[in-house]
Amino acid sequence: MTKETHSSKEFKRPDGRKVNELRKITAKVGIVPNADGSAMFAFGDTVAIAAVYGPKKMHPQHSQDPERGTLRCTYNMMSFSVTERIRPGPSRRSTEISKITEWALKPVVMIDEFQGNVVDVHINILQANASTRCAGINAAAMALAHAGIPMKSLVQSVSIGKLDKQLVTDLIKKEEDWEEGEGPTDIPITFTGDGKISHIQLDGKITKAQLKEAVELAREASKQIHEAQKKALKEVGEKQ
Amino acid sequence: MILTSNLTAERIIEYLKEGKRFDGRKLDEFRELTIETGVSKNAEGSARVKLGKTEVIVGVKMDVSEPYPDSKDKGNLMVTAEFLPLSSPRIDLGPPGFDSIELARVIDRGIRESKFIELEGLCIKEGEKVWTVFIDIYSINDDGNLLDAAGIGAIAALKTARIPEYNEETGKTKFGEWSNKNIPLKKEVPISLTVHKIGNSLIVDPSKEEEDISETRVTIASCDGTIHSMQKGNAKELSIEEFNKVLDIIEKTEREIAKKIEKAITHTHCETLKKEAITHHEN
Amino acid sequence: MTDRKIVVPGETVSKGGDFLPGEGTEKRGEEIFAIRFGLLEESNNLVKVIPLSGVYQPRRGNVVIGKVENITFNGWVIDINTAEGAFLSLMEVPRYVNKDDLEEVMMIGDMVVAKINSINKRGIDLTIKLKGLGRLDRGIIISINPNKVPRVIGKEGSMISLIKDETKCRITVGQNGLIWIDGDKVEDELFAKKAILHVAEKSLMSGLTEEMKEWFGGEKK
Repeated sequence: MTKETHSSKEFKRPDGRKVNELRKITAKVGIVPNADGSAMFAFGDTVAIAAVYGPKKMHPQHSQDPERGTLRCTYNMMSFSVTERIRPGPSRRSTEISKITEWALKPVVMIDEFQGNVVDVHINILQANASTRCAGINAAAMALAHAGIPMKSLVQSVSIGKLDKQLVTDLIKKEEDWEEGEGPTDIPITFTGDGKISHIQLDGKITKAQLKEAVELAREASKQIHEAQKKALKEVGEKQ
Repeated sequence: MILTSNLTAERIIEYLKEGKRFDGRKLDEFRELTIETGVSKNAEGSARVKLGKTEVIVGVKMDVSEPYPDSKDKGNLMVTAEFLPLSSPRIDLGPPGFDSIELARVIDRGIRESKFIELEGLCIKEGEKVWTVFIDIYSINDDGNLLDAAGIGAIAALKTARIPEYNEETGKTKFGEWSNKNIPLKKEVPISLTVHKIGNSLIVDPSKEEEDISETRVTIASCDGTIHSMQKGNAKELSIEEFNKVLDIIEKTEREIAKKIEKAITHTHCETLKKEAITHHEN
Repeated sequence: MTDRKIVVPGETVSKGGDFLPGEGTEKRGEEIFAIRFGLLEESNNLVKVIPLSGVYQPRRGNVVIGKVENITFNGWVIDINTAEGAFLSLMEVPRYVNKDDLEEVMMIGDMVVAKINSINKRGIDLTIKLKGLGRLDRGIIISINPNKVPRVIGKEGSMISLIKDETKCRITVGQNGLIWIDGDKVEDELFAKKAILHVAEKSLMSGLTEEMKEWFGGEKK
């Protein structure tokens, strides 16, 4: 721990959590009967649902990759998921996050197993209190497993923040808008089962040393997320 | 399987002649209906409606804007609907298809023509500032009859919605803060119901395979017996006799559904108040 | 049967070379990992994952039920709920079919029971040349999770025979999860459907055949 984060004991987060504490995780599998696989994942108030269809034929056929399969992800927020209404339909932000989600999942999805076909992953955010892309990725990973898609492992995604100089785990909206000192820095990170980073982004201001720490914090948090994902999948397995 | 096969279609029609449906229901019977309100915290009002396996989520958002020039003292209503790709293997991402556009417009007309929302009550300053009510409908699982599920969801979300706080000085809405005022609504609730014709039978609340072979449908929004809007969809003709039967079926079913909605809203509203009381107490 | 463990992708299922990696698993170094969500099965020296979910994986010899999607110059394109397309050539019909009469034999939207002859790069080749195969012209079709099909059929067909006897229906179970039920009365078909869906729901239970015998006893009262 660097000197900057040593005073973590006294740092007050808006919702009273400890600096490395995640919000309450809720995870459930099998929530969309029509889908081949589906899941819901929530960090506290941030709720994401994901549904997977496939492998199936791709239309138009010329976009098919005969050598390997294709993974397509879409991410969208419901208009009422935030306090100021979002006009329904895709936005530049949702388009970017859709691609980021695909990249976060791709390293573990064994697409060679479904040559020439496509697996579609659809993510929608029901309620947003920051870290929506992370919740979406966590839901998508469970939905893919539920759909029987061969995967090397699941993936776990979480946002690490820096509020002024303090690193915190699992940002909420109030923390994204942090006004004191150096302001907020937002770092969403996704890990694969064997601890490799499949997605990382950053907005804000941070030193190399603290960034390395942030990655460690994320790795720690990912273990808890992994447990929740496994539990949700095993629960539905038993019911079946 | 994309569309229902010929075999299943024939069998459904045969069954219907005997007054039976694949899931054991009567022709004028709805599937199990569950309504949950307050399902999305940042919405002014929201509801999740399940009709059998069909599921929709409806959210109400509000914002302040200028009124339309021909209704300077009235608030506005806008209804949108999205058939999410996650809700069915048949839906691909892309601009809204006709079905979702029609659904939004039909639900809109039912609410608008019944004057369920007292639009004058949404006026802040005549000619300058009025509230606009946005109703956004999303399909979560399509197993037939998204139309009626959406209508029920819209009503439930409106009834439990609270108006956001508004800053008179800046003229801006304080998003994320709510007054304890509800949207001004009429007491009587408009219910939107659809009757489908398959072969020579008339049914309500079709499952997906029934909906696939529906030859024509009539959606009527009525309030305590008074009809406010109607839409006949799809091309097959209806005899006058059949049409009259449709009206009878809708009248009978409207009362049942209205009771169910009332019960569900009172129940979940109590639950929400209880939860709020507890959170308040903890803080 | 229920003490088989449920595993998720990425979970270690064996260490230290006691087992060989079977279906649904992958060896990395000295450990074997699950790569699919399902039930772990250890037999002899093989460890594999039996999928609980996922689209139907076609195999040669499987009996499947499908819908005619399209008619080409020499056969019918059949949708059997797989990513690969399935095709029934006019040569694989038990009687002679003229190229112009394809529609007479089967139209778009018709349901057919067929057997998978072969699977190759082009797709799945079907045949209806054997007894019990061909166009379905009565009855109803229901759909279940294809992973539950073995349960519905039962050991040596014991479960499906029980259901057929108790409901007095003709039933053909497609390995792809589509099931054809044909009874003399509507009630019988709906009863068979109820029974099959019940089995599919309880598929993880052990002693299911006994439980179903009791269930039938109860239902008949």
